[in-house]
Amino acid sequence: MSKITINIDGREVQTQEGEYILNAARANDIFIPAICYLTRCSPTLACRICLVEADGKQVYACNAKAKDGMSITTSTQTIEAERRAIMEVYDVNHPLQCGVCDQSGECELQNYTLEIGVDSQNYSIKDVDRSSKDWGHIHYDPGLCIVCERCVTACKDMIGDNSLKTVARGSEALSAEYKDTMPKDAYSMWNKLNKSVIGLTSGEEMLDCTSCGECAAVCPVGALVDTDFMYKSNSWELKQIPATCGHCAAGCQISYDVKHTSIENPENKIYRVMNEWNYVSLCGAGRYGFDYENRVAGKDEKAFASALEAFKKADTIKFTSTITNEEAYLLQSLKEKNGYKLVNKEAKSFQTFLKDYSEISGTSLYGSDLKVVHNSNFVISVGGALKSDNPNARYALNNSMTINKGAGLYFHPVGDPIIEGMGKSIMSVNHAPLQEEAVLYLILDLFADKSKLPTAILEYLASFHSKKTITVEETVKEKVTEIVKVMKKNEETGEDEEVEEEKSSMVSKKVSKEVKVDENRLLSLVNADSKFEEELDKNLKKKDVFALIVGPDLYTHPNSRNLARLVALIEKYSAFEVTMIPPLTNSLGVALICELDDNVGAYTIGYNTKGDFTLSALGDASECDLDMPAMNQQEGTLTSINKRVNPTNAALAYFGYELNDIANALGLSAEHVIEYTALLPKNAGFKSEQFDNLPNHYENDGTERRGYLLENRSIELSGDEGVEAISDDKLEGTLIYLVNPVRQFTPFTNKTTLLKTQGGVYMSEEYLSKSELNAGDSVRIKNDNGELVLHIISDNKITGDVACIPTFDSKINSEALFSSYRFATASIQKV
Amino acid sequence: MKNEQFNNRNVSNGYFLVDIEDYPTDGWGKFKRVVKRTFRGELFVGLWVVLREMIKFDIHTIQYPAEKMPIGPRYRAVHEMKRLWESGTERCIGCGLCEKICISNCIQMDTRIDENSRKEVSEYSINLGRCIFCGYCAEVCPELAITHGGRYENASEQREHFVMYEDMLTPIDKLKSGNQLEFEGFGAITPHEDERVKKTPLAY
Repeated sequence: MSKITINIDGREVQTQEGEYILNAARANDIFIPAICYLTRCSPTLACRICLVEADGKQVYACNAKAKDGMSITTSTQTIEAERRAIMEVYDVNHPLQCGVCDQSGECELQNYTLEIGVDSQNYSIKDVDRSSKDWGHIHYDPGLCIVCERCVTACKDMIGDNSLKTVARGSEALSAEYKDTMPKDAYSMWNKLNKSVIGLTSGEEMLDCTSCGECAAVCPVGALVDTDFMYKSNSWELKQIPATCGHCAAGCQISYDVKHTSIENPENKIYRVMNEWNYVSLCGAGRYGFDYENRVAGKDEKAFASALEAFKKADTIKFTSTITNEEAYLLQSLKEKNGYKLVNKEAKSFQTFLKDYSEISGTSLYGSDLKVVHNSNFVISVGGALKSDNPNARYALNNSMTINKGAGLYFHPVGDPIIEGMGKSIMSVNHAPLQEEAVLYLILDLFADKSKLPTAILEYLASFHSKKTITVEETVKEKVTEIVKVMKKNEETGEDEEVEEEKSSMVSKKVSKEVKVDENRLLSLVNADSKFEEELDKNLKKKDVFALIVGPDLYTHPNSRNLARLVALIEKYSAFEVTMIPPLTNSLGVALICELDDNVGAYTIGYNTKGDFTLSALGDASECDLDMPAMNQQEGTLTSINKRVNPTNAALAYFGYELNDIANALGLSAEHVIEYTALLPKNAGFKSEQFDNLPNHYENDGTERRGYLLENRSIELSGDEGVEAISDDKLEGTLIYLVNPVRQFTPFTNKTTLLKTQGGVYMSEEYLSKSELNAGDSVRIKNDNGELVLHIISDNKITGDVACIPTFDSKINSEALFSSYRFATASIQKV
Repeated sequence: MKNEQFNNRNVSNGYFLVDIEDYPTDGWGKFKRVVKRTFRGELFVGLWVVLREMIKFDIHTIQYPAEKMPIGPRYRAVHEMKRLWESGTERCIGCGLCEKICISNCIQMDTRIDENSRKEVSEYSINLGRCIFCGYCAEVCPELAITHGGRYENASEQREHFVMYEDMLTPIDKLKSGNQLEFEGFGAITPHEDERVKKTPLAY
């Protein structure tokens, strides 16, 4: 993409070739009104208000691409007339009830009506019944809807649920006189608007999607609102605390909107979570899982004293990845000082995987991030249940398919109707567990530059190929000539007579043919269907930017070392850019900062996990010896999947002790834990930046000004690029998989009012109908590692016959069934 | 968005203790304070003024509280919450504009969604101790719900003096007897408003 110069309202502006005029203007702080356009999504062309004049021709700024030397005027008399008419049309029959509308104060209809200066109305039409609808977690009021279709666009182009569409409004046609008297664009915009409202694609009464709430966030008016937030507070009363979501590794930019709880209770409460939806999309956990704070009355000195005792006694600190970089650093300092063992299973496996990967890649971190995935047009996902493990990775995958006309491959043992619903160009391959090696070899085989691959690997790959003769039926078109008799009028005699004529026609004919084809045994190893190669060839046309998303299944795989090396080889010898999904919130940060140990010692301190002495922010008094602040009560930084160190601020006050108090009592010294931000290890890629200097926002052109990017340091190569063959291990029997349902990550998400639920064993509808089990039944799941009794929950967001066991419910000790790999076999019996 | 505001980690709420002499705790100290306050010279200055006016026999004072001066209809004293004339329901829709515009931050309200899916004001209070009776709330109210009234007696034992929604609301029998007065001051509809408004066309 080359830089070009365009002229907007007399200002010379630099932009990229092929950039939309609207984005070019926005990046340079030039205002062009626009309602229906969403950055990162395809232009909807519903509002038409972004009309501008480019080289003397009226175009829509949101879908007209900038050309070098273009001269653009954002406002002329006709454009002003159009805009005024458009805003008047939007105000037709719009209830004047801003006083009781949740959007009031941040409503784009209010803003643009004032901006354009609509002080009188010229148009009218008879309204139809547009009563409000309860869609579950979202409330839709068609009376307020301006049908800009931003919700539909976000759901389709970004989220990938395709749950919303426009449906018929059933209103009378516009009065014919408007066609002649109204400005042209305003009329056609009204004509379309008058025919539709928003409805559910499923045709059901309730929304059944992954419940991210992004539709309500992008709604410019109060038509789509979160049911929970309705009439709770006016937007201007809320104070926005910039933060980073603490539920998964995506590290989404969010703001906690806080206000006093009520007139009687001046303590702050989080009312909702907002995001910069033009540049970041949240999942349901981020948006609705916000009130997981740990409220304590004050400092519990007795518990603190016993905590200090426990720290004196302890030899191990066990913790989860829901921890800031600073606290991870603090734990590492305590390790160096007092010799504790640090145990964090998920971070340890990720750390090992990264280390093994860097031996071949020569870099300390994976090379790519989700932004690259957004901009690529062929994406492969391996080893991750995307919608549960990292919803943002799923959005990136969907976005690359819709916006860049991309395609993708989704390798996972558990079928995912959400991924399949993204379109035909994504091919799901449900391989057997433990076959991830075969998948990576297949990727090498299909995409690696064979001229550069080490010969050992080339030979190994070649061993999977064989020539085989198959009979194919081909349809051949043949020219058939027939002699037919037709009656024709003899021109000389004037009489009808029979004449013989030659007539030829094309007839298709099926021919059997024997051809020699290449058979790739890797394909059958990963359960790819017979049409795989054919479809892949079709999907690969015109694809030039490749991305590979590697998920947490690989980190705990028994042969994870081999997998890590294969991933590095793919990155090295193919066009694929690799992004790895850290297993939990700050697993990447922990993996970089802490030296982790494998096994716990005699006496364990648990931080947000069970230990002999438990420090916990979960607020469960029976399982907690000393309360800790939750992530929304802490400041600090979190390392995201995008290799970015993002700052988060405390949204709510915390009056108890925190880890830093313990560390200070044990001999470290820092007034606030954020004093450690600048001390984070430089040799792991961190920078010595003070926390207070870290920004947390997006620029107008979409530039992410959040914290800083980790440096991807180079690591000395051993030169050994050898990888092992595919192991023959198999899991035989009923499969279980350790994964959370959508909107759940940890006990913290399950603590929140809106997401609180009871976990169970999740089975697909297909599985339940095949077996004798029913939703709600209690089953005993048993294997060599342990057993659990759970009730069955029917989950229509998975397919196939793998039973999914969650980790978010602290009442379910799901680890009891798994050794380390996320898949295992077990017997499932009804009790 | 700038993050500087979050860099101040002094989380006290801005209140501080005024430096004043400690109160006496023992009996002797208390006695001394009583004597000091009782026999201060200022007392006699006041007594003299009263005495002087009394012997002049030129009295203009009205017999408050038995007698009260009439006050103008636009006088801005303690707020009132009005009801709709036709249905008797409360006019307040809970839009929160009064809360927003209040320059002394004395209005607070809680809203919620009620059983009929309508916005309902669940709690509403005005701290008269903070209120400066500027009239902005009445002016901004789109429903003519909050207005000023004529009750100016605000004596209270403490500086904070909250008046709640129910206290300000016109009693239903007062409305029914036709005694709810419209406020003529800030926020009231100006005369001949109808002639000045351009009507929105309707396709009915």
